[in-house]
Amino acid sequence: MSHIILLGMNHKTAPVEIREQLAVACRQEVNPLHMLPHLDHVDELIFLSTCNRVEFLFTCGAQAEGIAEIKALLRTHVGLPSSIPLDSYLYVHQDLEAVKHLFMVASSLDSMVVGEPQILGQLKGAYRSAVEFRTVKMVLNRLMHKSFSVAKRVRTETCIGSCAVSVSYAAVELARKIFGHIQDKRVLLIGAGEMAELAAEHFLRQGVRSMTVANRTLERAVELAARFKAETVPFDHLLDELKATDIVVSSTGAREPILSYRDVRSRMRERRNRPLFFIDIAVPRDIDPKVNEIDNVYVYDIDDLQGVIEFNREERLSQARSAEHIIDEETIKFKNWMKSLNAVPTIVSVREKAEKIRQNELRRTFSQLPDLGEREKEAIEILTSSIIKKLLHDPIMFLKKKAQRDSRAVYMDFTLQLFNLIEGIDEVAAAQVESEKAEDRPFLKAAKK
Amino acid sequence: MESLFLVIATLCYLCGTVGYLIYLLKDREVLHRIAWTILLVGAIFHGAALVVRGVGTGHFPLTSIREAISLFAWVFVVTYLVVQLKLQLRILGSFVSPLAVIFMLSSRLLPTQAILAKESFRSGWLIAHVTSIFLANALFAMLFSLGIMYLLQERRIKKKNFGLLYERLPSLDRIDSIANVCLMSGFPLMTAGLITGFVYATMIWRSPWNWDPKEVLSVVTWMIYAILVHERLAVGWRGRRAAWLAILGFSATIITFVLANLLLTGHHSVISGNLYG
Repeated sequence: MSHIILLGMNHKTAPVEIREQLAVACRQEVNPLHMLPHLDHVDELIFLSTCNRVEFLFTCGAQAEGIAEIKALLRTHVGLPSSIPLDSYLYVHQDLEAVKHLFMVASSLDSMVVGEPQILGQLKGAYRSAVEFRTVKMVLNRLMHKSFSVAKRVRTETCIGSCAVSVSYAAVELARKIFGHIQDKRVLLIGAGEMAELAAEHFLRQGVRSMTVANRTLERAVELAARFKAETVPFDHLLDELKATDIVVSSTGAREPILSYRDVRSRMRERRNRPLFFIDIAVPRDIDPKVNEIDNVYVYDIDDLQGVIEFNREERLSQARSAEHIIDEETIKFKNWMKSLNAVPTIVSVREKAEKIRQNELRRTFSQLPDLGEREKEAIEILTSSIIKKLLHDPIMFLKKKAQRDSRAVYMDFTLQLFNLIEGIDEVAAAQVESEKAEDRPFLKAAKK
Repeated sequence: MESLFLVIATLCYLCGTVGYLIYLLKDREVLHRIAWTILLVGAIFHGAALVVRGVGTGHFPLTSIREAISLFAWVFVVTYLVVQLKLQLRILGSFVSPLAVIFMLSSRLLPTQAILAKESFRSGWLIAHVTSIFLANALFAMLFSLGIMYLLQERRIKKKNFGLLYERLPSLDRIDSIANVCLMSGFPLMTAGLITGFVYATMIWRSPWNWDPKEVLSVVTWMIYAILVHERLAVGWRGRRAAWLAILGFSATIITFVLANLLLTGHHSVISGNLYG
């Protein structure tokens, strides 16, 4: 049976320098997907790259070889010198963990700002190019579609999504309370995360005309600048830029604060004490919290902003929990579908379905014909069961024959659709989630860490 | 007649204040319009009372500390009404109108003993002195209210602790720029008031400076505002510190204006009584 593997790095595991290098390399003309024919062990491949993550999702028969191939692909594609140890930044999720991780990513639970809506679009983009390159087949096809519907479910059934949108809304409202009119204010974007883009878009829509982008990698800055009609400044000139800026949206994902109390304090005199508003979206924070103590300087980090919209911590946690519950449920559904791709369970569920129909019909007939004696009843039972057996004989023989081939999954999936067995799988999954919760779900726990 | 008008005026100021306090809690524009109109009616009655008093006694109604405060309260309310028309910062009324009531009521409690001879109002210098000082003080009282508004709002934004007031108070920048208007128009008036005062003093006592406590306090107050103006123009001082300094300045103004007249001895004082003996 083939394995689903997800290999990548995100803002939690890799320092920003490494991630940006990867993201830039991956934004080149050459998509790593075109290398698939040269990979012997990888069957299907999807490549996702955003400013905060780089991930390869693939299926392979032999796990170790597949992972090694993808790692090599990552290294050669990016042109990373071998002196940089990649392994410590990477995570590798297998099978269910990979599925769960993908669902988390799609529903924006793994994002820097939980609930930001852009990741789903990026994931769809990644899927689209995989379709163009014909690198997805049945398993990843279904997995990706499933992840989109999971994201949709999470979005509609929890308030995770409104959380991020209102964060940028709250930021604009606060800016209004500080500056009055924000149209003539100057916004500086430091770093270029999804959430920063969302906030920038919001500020633009509210009439801000002057925007500057500072990013460690110039390409990304130029790209953003083009989108927001902004100027770019070199990252090293950040402090000088503070003189002319009123609102700073920061999301670099650096490990240490990039602006200290001293940096900002000394700039305040030069800017004649005009108020300065920092929106620090990064986790860990980009702006030293002490900066908030400086007169006329206001620093809001992501927690503060979420506090503004009265989304208290408890509420957010419980929203995240219910989102995770949805994801667990969907993960198990997917697991059951994967299982069904083996011949035996498929055959079993075809038989089960037929048997279930037979029993229902028998019950109905017997209740309508109360005069039937035991002999007649027995005859009808034998009759119906032999009809089913004979009818199913050829399909089952066919499935058993295909069970030895590599392409069996296609036939199994087709069978599931033909007999409409997927719905049944989903119903069972919901119940299974509950029971597995009681067992404390070892694999899900591991994924959380 | 005069006292009836004063009672009506006081009641109007009280009702206006209540209206503005409700407006602080409930964002209804009609509340503001009603309260503003009531204050206007109060100011008309108050003005009528002052005129009646002036005509009755045959001099400018400023011979006692009570009259002075009453006149100041009137100037203050009229200044507010005009500023409101010009700048449209409605919530300012909620902070200004209670001050008007305080001034009005305190004028009832203060002694009526004369501090200035009637004849002195023949001098144009004294009238110029009093008018500009009163206008300056009215603007500084406004500045004080704005300072309090600023500090309340600033604290909410800094401490990230929001409440009803956060919603109702305007943006920091708005408060600050209106405070700037008040300061920049009040300060030249105060300067002019001091200069005319010195000219008048030279004419009466043959010396511009007599170490009168009120003179000293006035200069101290002037210096506080001078620092504020200088820092604003030179270093762009604003915000919290400017607000605190405005509050300090107005406290000094109150001390100069009221306490010096009541407690200390000098030409402006009640206790020294006979000034021109």
